[in-house]
Amino acid sequence: MNLRWFYKLASPPYFYRLAGTLGPWLGGLSIALIVAGAYGGLVLAPPDYLQGDGFRMIYVHVPSAYLGMMAYVVMATAAAIGFIWRIKLAHAVAVSAAPLGASFTFLGLVTGAIWGKPMWGTFWQWSDARLVFFLVLFFLYMGYLALREVTEDRDKADRLSAVLAVVGVINIPIIHYSVEWWTTLHQGPTITRLDGPSITMDMLAPLLVMIAGFSVFFVWLLFVRLQGEILVREQKSRWTQELMQRGRV
Amino acid sequence: MNMRGFIQILTRDLKVALRRWSELCNPLIFFLIVASLFPLAISPEASDLKEVGTGVLWISALLSSLLALDGLFRDDAEDGSMEQLVLSPVPLTIIIAAKILAHWLITGLPLVVIAPVIALSYYMPVDALTTLILALILATPTLSVLGAIGAALTVGLRRGGPIVGLLVLPLTGPVLIFGTLATDLAVQGESAAGPLYLLGALLALAVVLGPLATSAAVRVSLE
Amino acid sequence: MEFLRMGGYGTYVWSAYGITLVILVVNIWWTYRFYRKSRETLGEISGNFSKHQPTVRKIS
Repeated sequence: MNLRWFYKLASPPYFYRLAGTLGPWLGGLSIALIVAGAYGGLVLAPPDYLQGDGFRMIYVHVPSAYLGMMAYVVMATAAAIGFIWRIKLAHAVAVSAAPLGASFTFLGLVTGAIWGKPMWGTFWQWSDARLVFFLVLFFLYMGYLALREVTEDRDKADRLSAVLAVVGVINIPIIHYSVEWWTTLHQGPTITRLDGPSITMDMLAPLLVMIAGFSVFFVWLLFVRLQGEILVREQKSRWTQELMQRGRV
Repeated sequence: MNMRGFIQILTRDLKVALRRWSELCNPLIFFLIVASLFPLAISPEASDLKEVGTGVLWISALLSSLLALDGLFRDDAEDGSMEQLVLSPVPLTIIIAAKILAHWLITGLPLVVIAPVIALSYYMPVDALTTLILALILATPTLSVLGAIGAALTVGLRRGGPIVGLLVLPLTGPVLIFGTLATDLAVQGESAAGPLYLLGALLALAVVLGPLATSAAVRVSLE
Repeated sequence: MEFLRMGGYGTYVWSAYGITLVILVVNIWWTYRFYRKSRETLGEISGNFSKHQPTVRKIS
């Protein structure tokens, strides 16, 4: 199996150029998808028979929560790869994913609270396992960022936070299965079921578009942040010096 | 060979700890103090205390085990014995497991012994006490393991001390949930078998994976 | 108007979409700011080195 593409990808200058080229396209695509999804969710989708127009909050809440979790998986996987194979770029991916993931998790919590108030009567419900573990996810992000903050040496920070990220990843399946293991205010899975989604397509489509839009948004900003991170980490390298002299791209 | 190494570290850590009596008592006293502050802050009425008793007990136990964490690796890291242990032919995971066990015996087990006394002061029914003790016996070692991960991550850091709680406490969620659930069920006179089994499962998981993560963190911390 | 009212849930729906917009925009801003700062720092450093004339090498 030819893994050359993988090694190329792990090379900072190559990845820097790749990210630079792809960045704007990803940005444009994500904004287009998000606008389309929002339009679909706010205008095109029919009102829900139970929640009326209130259910439209799903189109911002679910993608945020999903990305909050997905970003953590990306972070933990990248950190693990960096730890095991000692690939610096992988650690850069992890540290770049963290603030984005934390933002999405925060957004998921806030939009969830806003949605909960009219529908369940409360901003928060401690007895809902999914809520609690999703809050734990936010704390995990904070812990990750705090640990990096107090570690003075960057390599040490990379490796310590990698251990922390991997330890915390167990929270993700807990969040996902919490609605099955406990009776909560959250309903059971509607999309990722074995016998197909239990929601109609005209309501589902904007949701999928929004999820896609948020995902591309995440990758876009991840790439941009990665570019910055690479520049910082490779400050003393010749290739960055030369890029600088040729006038940045 | 591994078993011998395990026993050696275990006895050594226990001996060292027992020499410093007063340090041993700190988490215990902390536990008592915290549990005593709640009635002052909330209300001394029997009806109120009965309601909050379970939660207070478990939170106090949690915070006490957190407090005790500092001593787990600090001494060895400071006098250089940590590096020796890392280089030892006995796998670091086994050494760490022994250290965590010693730590629990010294800081966790006393909590389990004192907890029923506190529980009674919160008007917990006597019948619930066995379940409480059982739940704590299953939960506190898990807390020690989780705490060890946090301690190992921060031991080499100058400003690492204050964030140990931030790192460890979010991971203790499930333990707290099942521990209080078991206690509440027992207080209501019902069977707490379900949550107790789950606590056992969490303990098994922690014992198997915890020392692994901890030794990885220790190695990085010593770099 | 009915659009803004959202069947009575207007405040909630628009707060949710609003905070989402804010967070997304803030993230865009933060990220590009970080990138810009990295470039500036690099600029300062390589400015110090520009006294030397390194042999220009092709970056493959």
